[in-house]
Amino acid sequence: MSTPTYMDYSATTPVDKRVAEKMMKYLTMDGDFGNPASNSHYYGWQADDAVKKARKQVADLIGADPKEIVWTSGATESNNLAIKGIAHFYHKKGKRIITLKTEHKAVLDTCRQLEREGYEVDYLDPMPNGLLDLNVLKTAIREDTILVSIMHVNNEIGVIQDIEAIGNLCRQSKVFFHVDAAQSAGKVDINLSELPVDLMSFSAHKIYGPKGMGALYVQRKPRIRLEAQMHGGGHERGMRSGTLATHQIVGMGEAFAIAQAEMGEENIKIRALRDRLLAGFDGMEEVVINGDMDARIPGNLNISFNYVEGESLMMAINKIAVSSGSACTSSSLEPSYVLRALGLTDELAHSSIRFTIGRYTTEQDVDMAIDLVREKVQKLRDLSPLWDMFKEGIDISKIEWAAH
Amino acid sequence: MAYGEKVMDHYENPRNVGVLDKDAKNVGTGMVGAPACGDVMRLQIQVNDDGIIEEAKFKTYGCGSAIASSSLLTEWVKGKTLDEAALIKNTDIAEELALPPVKVHCSVLAEDAIKAAIQDIKDKA
Repeated sequence: MSTPTYMDYSATTPVDKRVAEKMMKYLTMDGDFGNPASNSHYYGWQADDAVKKARKQVADLIGADPKEIVWTSGATESNNLAIKGIAHFYHKKGKRIITLKTEHKAVLDTCRQLEREGYEVDYLDPMPNGLLDLNVLKTAIREDTILVSIMHVNNEIGVIQDIEAIGNLCRQSKVFFHVDAAQSAGKVDINLSELPVDLMSFSAHKIYGPKGMGALYVQRKPRIRLEAQMHGGGHERGMRSGTLATHQIVGMGEAFAIAQAEMGEENIKIRALRDRLLAGFDGMEEVVINGDMDARIPGNLNISFNYVEGESLMMAINKIAVSSGSACTSSSLEPSYVLRALGLTDELAHSSIRFTIGRYTTEQDVDMAIDLVREKVQKLRDLSPLWDMFKEGIDISKIEWAAH
Repeated sequence: MAYGEKVMDHYENPRNVGVLDKDAKNVGTGMVGAPACGDVMRLQIQVNDDGIIEEAKFKTYGCGSAIASSSLLTEWVKGKTLDEAALIKNTDIAEELALPPVKVHCSVLAEDAIKAAIQDIKDKA
C-alpha cells in the first residue's frame, strides 16, 4: 500500500531535511555533544555556541531579544509555565484569569488546574467566525484579573486573532497577556518588539522542527516574573531547569531561520493550494466553511459536509491524512469543542474535516483530494438517511431524536 | 481508528442499501440514533405472507462501525421470522465485527433498529 498523502500539517509537520542534518551534528562523539552548561571546557563551549545561535534564530523570527527566549519541551509546557507561572507569582494581585473557549487544551486544562487551586477563570465565547469580540473581553476584565491568555491562531479552524488590539486592551487594564503562538509562528508575521504581548508560547514541530521542543517568550522590559514549574539546576535564568537538549534546540533554531527566510513565498504558494482545494468543492451542496475565511492562515481549510459523518468520511478518503471534528475520532465521543463554541450544531461538528496544507503539498495532491472527497461524500450521502430527509424537505432539527 | 477486516468489508461494500415503502403494511421501519450523537440508522424489513423477512434495507449516517453493524444486520435478518430476528443481540454483532469497546454502542444501535422495525410492523397489523 502506498502511504497516504499528508494533509494534516496543523497536527505536526515533518522535520525539514535541512533541519535534521543540522541536528545530527550535535549528538555523537564526532559532533558537538557537550552540555551547554559545561563552561569549563571545549565541548561545553561548542554546545553553548550552538544554543546561542539557535536562541538568536528563534528571537529573530519573532522580533524578540534572545534573552527573552526560554527553552521548553514544547508549546504545552510553555503554556503551563506562562499561565501557572504568572498565576502563582502574582497571586497577591488577584486570582482571576480570562481565556477563550476555543483555546488549545494545554491552555484550558491548565486553567482548570488553577481553578482547583482556587483561581477563577472566565472562558469567553468567540464570535461565530471564531474571533474574539473585543467588547466581550473588555467587559470581562475586572479589578482582580491578572492574566489574559488568547491564542494567536486556532489549531482547528486556523483563524487569526487580533493580538495587537487584545494586547492594547490588556495594557490599558494592566493585565498580563499570554499568547499561544504554536500555530502561528512561521505563518503569520510576529514582531514582539512592537506587539503588546508579555508571554508567547512556541512549538518547533509545527514549523518543520523536531517534536519535544518549544520556547516561551518572556518579556524583559518591563520584566515579567514567573514562578518556575520545573526546579533544578537553575537553567534558563531559573525559569526552567533541565539540561538543554542541544540538538533539539539547534533544530528549532534552524526551523525558525528557514521560516524567516521562506515564509513570504511559502505563504503565497500554500494559499494558492488551499484556494484551489476550496474551489474544487464549488457546486457541492450543504458545505459549510468553519471559521473566518479572511482572518485565517493560508494552509487551513476546515469544512463540514453536512449529512455525512466525519469519521466515516475520513475512512473513505484514507488516501489522504486529514483530521476531523467528529466525536468518533476522539476517545471522549464528544464532537469538537472548538466547533461547538462557534455555535455549530453537533451534526455539523460531526461532519467536519480539517485539511491543513504545508511545505510539501503539491497541486497533484490537492487535485487528488478534491476528486476523492467529491466522490466519497456523494457515496456516503447516498447511504445517509439524513440526506434522504434533507432531499425530501424534512427539517431534521425539528425531529425529536432519542439521544443515546 | 484501525478497523478489522469485516468492518472494512461491510463499510466498503455495504449490503442492502436502500429504501422500502414505509407505508406498506408488510414493511416495518426502525429509525434510531440522533444526528447530534453522530449516528442515525434507518432499517426497513419486508415480511412475506408466511411471516418471513424477505427483504431488508438500510441507510446509516455514522462512523464505519455503525455502517458495518447495520449492513451486517440486514444480512442476518433475511429469512428469519420476526420472533427470530428479535433475538439478535448487539453482542453477536459486536463479536462478528470484532468491534473495539468504544464502538460497541454502534451494535447496540443496530439491535435497537431491528427491535423498532419489528415493533413498527406489529403496530401496523
